[in-house]
Amino acid sequence: MADADTQREAVRAAAENVADRLEDEKEYLTDLDSAIGDADHGANMSRGFRAAADAVADADDAEPSDLVKQVGTTLISEVGGASGPLYGGSIMSASQTFAEDGITAETSVDFAEAYLDKVKDRGDARIGAKTMVDALTPAVHTYKKSIEQDDLPPLEALGKAVDAAERGVEFTVPIRAEKGRASYLGWRSVGHQDPGATSTLYIMEELLATAEEYLEGDVERDATAVEQPDEDPSDVAEDGAADDDEGGE
Amino acid sequence: MKKLINEPEDVVDEMLDGMVAAHPDRLRRLDGQEVLVRADAPVDGKVGVVSGGGSGHEPTHAGYLGEGMLDGAAAGEVFTSPTGDQLNEMIEACDGGEGVLCVVKNYEGDVMNFDTAAEMADIEGVDVEQVVVNDDVAVEDSLYTSGRRGVAGTILVHKAAGAKAAQGADLQTVAETAEKVIDNVGTMGMALTSCVTPEKGEPTFDLGDDEIELGIGIHGEPGTERTETMSADEVTEHLTERVLDDLELDDGQEVVTMVNGMGGTPLMELFVVNRRLQELMDDEGLDVWDAWVGDYMTSLDMEGCSITVCAVDEELKELLAAPADTPAMTVQE
Repeated sequence: MADADTQREAVRAAAENVADRLEDEKEYLTDLDSAIGDADHGANMSRGFRAAADAVADADDAEPSDLVKQVGTTLISEVGGASGPLYGGSIMSASQTFAEDGITAETSVDFAEAYLDKVKDRGDARIGAKTMVDALTPAVHTYKKSIEQDDLPPLEALGKAVDAAERGVEFTVPIRAEKGRASYLGWRSVGHQDPGATSTLYIMEELLATAEEYLEGDVERDATAVEQPDEDPSDVAEDGAADDDEGGE
Repeated sequence: MKKLINEPEDVVDEMLDGMVAAHPDRLRRLDGQEVLVRADAPVDGKVGVVSGGGSGHEPTHAGYLGEGMLDGAAAGEVFTSPTGDQLNEMIEACDGGEGVLCVVKNYEGDVMNFDTAAEMADIEGVDVEQVVVNDDVAVEDSLYTSGRRGVAGTILVHKAAGAKAAQGADLQTVAETAEKVIDNVGTMGMALTSCVTPEKGEPTFDLGDDEIELGIGIHGEPGTERTETMSADEVTEHLTERVLDDLELDDGQEVVTMVNGMGGTPLMELFVVNRRLQELMDDEGLDVWDAWVGDYMTSLDMEGCSITVCAVDEELKELLAAPADTPAMTVQE
């Protein structure tokens, strides 16, 4: 895997790419949030990641894990709302997975799983509640399976994970929100795409773009061709049934 | 949309400086923080009572800083909860050695960030208690939702808990007083128009000329249902019925009522609502001990109102009538 200098550069580039992308998508995310929330997701995420990218821009000799942690702590103190603790606190906490061996295929799986666990724990959300978890869960499961079971190269695995996140975003449209401010709308939240799932997809797309640059490869995206991600058997039993009910009503 | 703002991202910062400039003897801003505290904070030997949340609800929160009410108020971005580190700075600045009560409105961001701040303060050795206000009867409290929202009833919590702390009660007792209000208060709101947030610059939701939203929160989020326009009396009856159904009060119970404006509604209309509200209280056999009317917890320029009813006993009456000296509320002895 790449040396520490390259890893640092990659983290900085990823933060920069995400900040630029969220700036571009600021209005769209805010429009999504207007429909079912309080119209601040785009502005908050854009402001937070811009500050995070700036915060890590000049850190020359920090450990890669510390840079990732810095992104998290900056988000906590700049974003506020639920998104600050959910995105920032979870990145901060998961950054520890890079502490010993830096960023490798294996540690990135650990990071993804730790991030997902923290988000679910903090937000107390499960699949099908119309939150970022709906994009994140299939993405993380797909990534883990692609690396550990299918032995795919990290870049290809990440590509499949992003496709899975995209399908997850689409899955949020027809379902009813159970968490966050959208839940106060009850059935009126049906038919609207979840802004948190959407920003999660954008962040992952920029991670993929950064990885393509640093791993010198190209990934073909095809969200529609992605297989159903393998869930934990326990998740499938519980969440799968609930989701079917929701879609049908 | 025409607005008296400079840059949308500067609104909160400039508002806080303007508030301090209007009340230099009462308010002080923590250096580098979007936090106001009462000028003499921390008050030695008194439990600190603090609150906070997104901006856009003025005079909430900083309007209630001062003797007899809040010691600290944190201002997040518009409709966004303050960050954990800001809340922690506020808690530490308001600890006079007896601990700090955080009055939190039940929104996930607020709850998560106050949790984080309480953990940080705990490490610093500050005793912290939290109460979560959830007075909005429009939304269900079920296993799968985030629970009921905290809205205008929060002001009654600030008043009662603040008075209890001013009397010298300990942290646990102040927290119990706050919980007593929370257990006895219900609110429901409605909107005639959406608000316009500075960042977005246009209404958050579209409402036809002949439509109103019932069951709104205080963040410009749409309500639980949309109906045809109703008269002031019909709106009042609808909101009051929902609140009373939830509270299930006994005949003859003493209550405080509150008609709260959402920021864009003239007092004239709030008084019209209050007139019908008092008739309904009479019809229901409830004994109104005090009736509050005004903009207590707003939602920027939204037109609309909420109705709050809170059952009171001798202790709560004494606390709500106790002296307070704040920019938005003064009660004289």
